Amino acid sequence: MEESFVEETENNKETEVAPALIAVHPTEKSVAVAVGSELRVFDLHGDCSVSLVDDSGRSFHTDSIKAIRFGAKGRLFASAGDDKLVKIWTTDSWHCIRTVCSEKRVSAVAISHDGLFVCFADKFGVVWVVGLDDNSENQSSINTKGAPILAHYCSIITSLEFSPDGQFIVSADRDFKIRVTLFPKKPLNGAHEIQSFCLGHTEFVSCLAFVCSSDYPNGFLLSGSGDSTVRLWDFTSGSLLDTCEVGAEAGLVESDREEVCQPAVTDICASSDGSLVAVAIQSLHGVMLLSCDLSMGRLSVVKVVSMDISIPTSLGMSSADHLWMVTGVSSIPGTKFPSLARVRVFSGLQKDNLNTSKCGPILLKDTDVPGGEKLLEKLQGSLSIVEEEKVLEEAAEAVKTAMHNLLIKRPYSVEKRELRKRSRNDRKLKSC
Amino acid sequence: MMSYDSKANLKHNKSTGLPRKRFYRARAHSNPLSDSHFPVPITPYNVDYSEHYPEFFPSGQINNYNGDTTSSLEVKKIQFADIGCGFGGLLVSLATLFPETLMIGMELRDKVTEYVKERIVALRAANPGKYQNISVVRTNSMKYIPNFFEKGQLSKMFFLFPDPHFKEKNHRRRVISPHLLDEYAYVLQVGGIIYTITDVEELGEWMKACLEGHPLFEAITEEELQTDPVVKLLSSATEEGQKVARNGGQTFQAVYKRIAPSETENGVKNLGERSVLN
Repeated sequence: MEESFVEETENNKETEVAPALIAVHPTEKSVAVAVGSELRVFDLHGDCSVSLVDDSGRSFHTDSIKAIRFGAKGRLFASAGDDKLVKIWTTDSWHCIRTVCSEKRVSAVAISHDGLFVCFADKFGVVWVVGLDDNSENQSSINTKGAPILAHYCSIITSLEFSPDGQFIVSADRDFKIRVTLFPKKPLNGAHEIQSFCLGHTEFVSCLAFVCSSDYPNGFLLSGSGDSTVRLWDFTSGSLLDTCEVGAEAGLVESDREEVCQPAVTDICASSDGSLVAVAIQSLHGVMLLSCDLSMGRLSVVKVVSMDISIPTSLGMSSADHLWMVTGVSSIPGTKFPSLARVRVFSGLQKDNLNTSKCGPILLKDTDVPGGEKLLEKLQGSLSIVEEEKVLEEAAEAVKTAMHNLLIKRPYSVEKRELRKRSRNDRKLKSC
Repeated sequence: MMSYDSKANLKHNKSTGLPRKRFYRARAHSNPLSDSHFPVPITPYNVDYSEHYPEFFPSGQINNYNGDTTSSLEVKKIQFADIGCGFGGLLVSLATLFPETLMIGMELRDKVTEYVKERIVALRAANPGKYQNISVVRTNSMKYIPNFFEKGQLSKMFFLFPDPHFKEKNHRRRVISPHLLDEYAYVLQVGGIIYTITDVEELGEWMKACLEGHPLFEAITEEELQTDPVVKLLSSATEEGQKVARNGGQTFQAVYKRIAPSETENGVKNLGERSVLN
């Protein structure tokens, strides 16, 4: 019995892989992909790949990157992950302007819209803030620590977002919760005033996105979850406006078996005009497109666009009419491939397009992708990615297992729990 | 020989019908960090009031008032929460002091929760019409407070003789901490009161410092302390408090009021008027 425990934990270590991530500059000046500890950036404006510069003499990331994002204005970029470092980059020269050390592994990061603060969340549920105001004298610009502003009690925070007007910071966790907190003017003293909790998900919340339009500039909140739904919220009151059972809509939920299999929503992103929402779901070879009626507070499925054999792990949209996707993983256990990243782009996302023509969005050929093959060579690491079905399946499975291990509570039998109590560390010390 | 009934009653005192504590022995501590495997209501609307307060909610339906304006009646909600209620001494005292107020005890240790449940059942049976306003639930209040209560729902919260967690690395297990106070401030209405008491001086100082440093809490005045009938119960009503008194121990209390945020603090005005829908 005892041995089986050891095995279990070892297995978990082995399957601890990170999905590939993609982030697109708000006006599509550049695109970034993170695979494992590697951060790859392509400058679409200059039509060249970017080499990152870190003057602090520190190495780049040394462990899996778990979060990347551009600031709202595209001037700043942040990357963070398992090496407990948060790196903040200026996107005009791609210099690292700040490296922040976290006490724990970082699971999410967000940049305030005014570009003055970066918030990051660690795996123990604490959200930290760092001021980027260069005038403050008591901060060395090379290495800083964050100040804690709020906490979800010992829960992994999966996503962190600022509301469109910058008034609130929203954090989602694996205990099905979304917390909306007032982001104060002086955040270094903490964010104590909770505006609302958005409750309704019945599994971990995996991703958040805001959707807003010219009529609703303050926008609404979207969340995706392990319960295979996307939900729309009025985040100031915390009330649930609509639920879209995306797993069932895509025909992925098999309820005939005793154990209902719910593919988790892994990423959501909304177009800048709020007309369209793209959803990535485990086991869905493609993306699901939703439309969002903000006046009615309703979500509806527009269509599922399929994409041959790959399941995207991360999505990105810009003001240009493109949906960027990456499929990939930091390592594929049990194969000779060290890492994998496959970048694809959909175009033709205008809503009128989708409604009138039956062909819907077009999956661009590698040569037609913005930046062309040069971009793919940079972001994928190589132009010719083995598009073997088996490899991609393995990658998808590895990502799924890693997410499951991280976010789903393992049910232990009563005997196992008793056994655990008996092998507690403090007891062991006493008997020594 | 022995019938099922008499077997079940063995755990209860023959003359009073109350459960006997010695049959509900439990560990003194429970790890609040471990994953929980008990049911948790998804939202406060899913808390089944008819199960907790059958006399007040006889219909047997879930207290569902989620945005439903057809039920014009003001629905009664829980107003007092005893966090880490232990064997329920405070609840029992408060039940008759505030007979029209619904209150709930939250306790992480399942055997202790069982005891309090039995105790309330026995009290209700022995005193018809009384003790209908108290109940208990097994949960981890450090994680699930927002699942039970809406914003500003509570008027009193109690933290009596909480686990001291002496070691510094275990301070994050303490039930009063700067970050958890944000959540308590969320469920407490402005003017609501948070009561804390302990026999551990170090913890008393810690709780006081946390409350003092929080922008949404303010110490209540000496006068309010004197006139509040609940304050006297803090040290006398609970089993833990009686134990301390028996041993001639000292207690340290901190009683604070939930205040409205000052506008300079958050820099946002008229939050209530801001509505996305309009």
